Amino acid sequence: MSELPATAAGIAAGVRAGQVSARAVVDAHLATIDATEGEVHAFNLVLADEARAAADVIDQRVAAGEDPGPLAGVPVALKDNLCTRGLPTTCSSRILEGWRPPYDATVVARLAATGAVAIGKTNLDEFAMGSSTENSAFGPTRNPRDTDRVPGGSSGGSAAAVAAGFAPVSLGSDTGGSIRQPAALCGVVGVKPTYGLVSRYGLVAFASSLDQIGPFSTTVADAALLLDAIGGHDPRDSTSIDRPYQPVGPVLDQGVAGLRVGLVTELMGDGIAPDVAARVREAAEALAAAGAEIVEVSVPAVTYGLSAYYLIAPAEASSNLARYDGVRYGLRVDAPTTAEMNAATRTAGFGDEVKRRIMLGTYALSAGYYDAYYGKALKVRTLIVRDFDAAYEQADLLLSPTSPTTAFRFGDKTDDPLAMYLNDVCTIPSNLAGHPAMSVPYGPGADGMPVGVQLLAPALGEPTMFRAAAVLEAAAPSLEELAR
Amino acid sequence: MPERLTRDDVAHVAHLARLSLSDTELDTYTDQLGAVLDHAADVAALDLADVAPTAHPLPLANVLRDDVVDACVDRDEVLGQAPSVEDGRFRVPAILGEEP
Repeated sequence: MSELPATAAGIAAGVRAGQVSARAVVDAHLATIDATEGEVHAFNLVLADEARAAADVIDQRVAAGEDPGPLAGVPVALKDNLCTRGLPTTCSSRILEGWRPPYDATVVARLAATGAVAIGKTNLDEFAMGSSTENSAFGPTRNPRDTDRVPGGSSGGSAAAVAAGFAPVSLGSDTGGSIRQPAALCGVVGVKPTYGLVSRYGLVAFASSLDQIGPFSTTVADAALLLDAIGGHDPRDSTSIDRPYQPVGPVLDQGVAGLRVGLVTELMGDGIAPDVAARVREAAEALAAAGAEIVEVSVPAVTYGLSAYYLIAPAEASSNLARYDGVRYGLRVDAPTTAEMNAATRTAGFGDEVKRRIMLGTYALSAGYYDAYYGKALKVRTLIVRDFDAAYEQADLLLSPTSPTTAFRFGDKTDDPLAMYLNDVCTIPSNLAGHPAMSVPYGPGADGMPVGVQLLAPALGEPTMFRAAAVLEAAAPSLEELAR
Repeated sequence: MPERLTRDDVAHVAHLARLSLSDTELDTYTDQLGAVLDHAADVAALDLADVAPTAHPLPLANVLRDDVVDACVDRDEVLGQAPSVEDGRFRVPAILGEEP
């Protein structure tokens, strides 16, 4: 791999110029997968033959004088809740085993149209529910930086695939932090765009008002390249924002001079590990050194965000997952009547965490409890939006930890769902508000594992957020000292 | 502030959600869901009478397209994914005579 470019930007530039063959890039990544995928288990499916064939087409187009596009020859790993026509899409659930969607997700089609090469479908917490990728029906993914530790979740496979060098970039989905938290724990860049900026068509729904697709990468520039390829209006998604897309690639080098960056008081105290908080303060100092003004801001409602999220997300999930009934696709467990078949199929097909959330959501929506739980949670969502609006009058961007701790060990939180849920406290508020946020690696923590710092911006604030991310990337302490 | 979740509540919710739980699972879920709902008590206890709910981050409006024939997913490809099909339709077990 040494002679080939390591970043997506480098690969695409080399392939478009005819200096690097897409086939060689794909072969090199497949060789890396062959060598260490057995330890990491980032993939549910490696698309070796398909990726080689797609790379050959790219090379033929370059040879014919065509430009295959801004992601020419770049291998991309796709979270296995993104629909890929004719290729298995499992959501890491038994209930969808064997299902081959009859259409591509919009993001999958857009990546293919820009020359990217799908190299595999990545493992996840079943239906994207979890914070450690331990809830997959096909076994956990391991953190490539220490295989005794979790990669985070739910897009743990996509984060691990990039951290392990299986692909320079990948896509995940983020409902309550499922891109940013595994990015932090694996030491890569992860972006949750503004709700509606990226089409959700073909993303298997978990909680429709919170889900958003976004990129993983090793560099901020690669994340920008990928976001600019997938962002923009899609008539197939009625919640897609119908206005011209503002690319982030062109503004990366504009710096942060004159920007006001707010440190979120509520996310710097209790519950945040001291080594993680220390890295966030260092990141704030780096932004200050680059000309930003650092202010302390209070967003009081974030403390209620977690409770509101764990009522709203399961409520939407219980509704979305009602479609898995054994009738139209996936698993069916036979029984004498349809109702019994429905129950037998769902009981056999869903794992514990999915059942837990379906029941939590059904309860929160049920007669007698709707007002006390779901109704209240929606009002708390209003408070969070209001508090963010007030914060963004004092600051252009906000800064916080991405995850309260570095990667934890397998099994540490599996028997205590509440402890697992508390891990999402820093990431959840921006999903509830629909705002963009991203995690940037910022050196190792006390245990040598990566720490991620989170940048938050108001809706459609991606250009400003990426400018700050580029400054943080340049200032970040190296992760190289970490043991592989 | 609602009362604490009971084992009967969990059994009822499981029925509504079309999930069959063993006695052991019922006990486990009653404890675990109870713990999550106890944590949510801070939300349930808030006085939010004057706050409007936010169900969605975007102002939603119906999106309509012109009523013209367009490409759509292939019918046979869709039916080909079903566990059981008959005469171009999804086939299910008997539905008459079931309990509601």
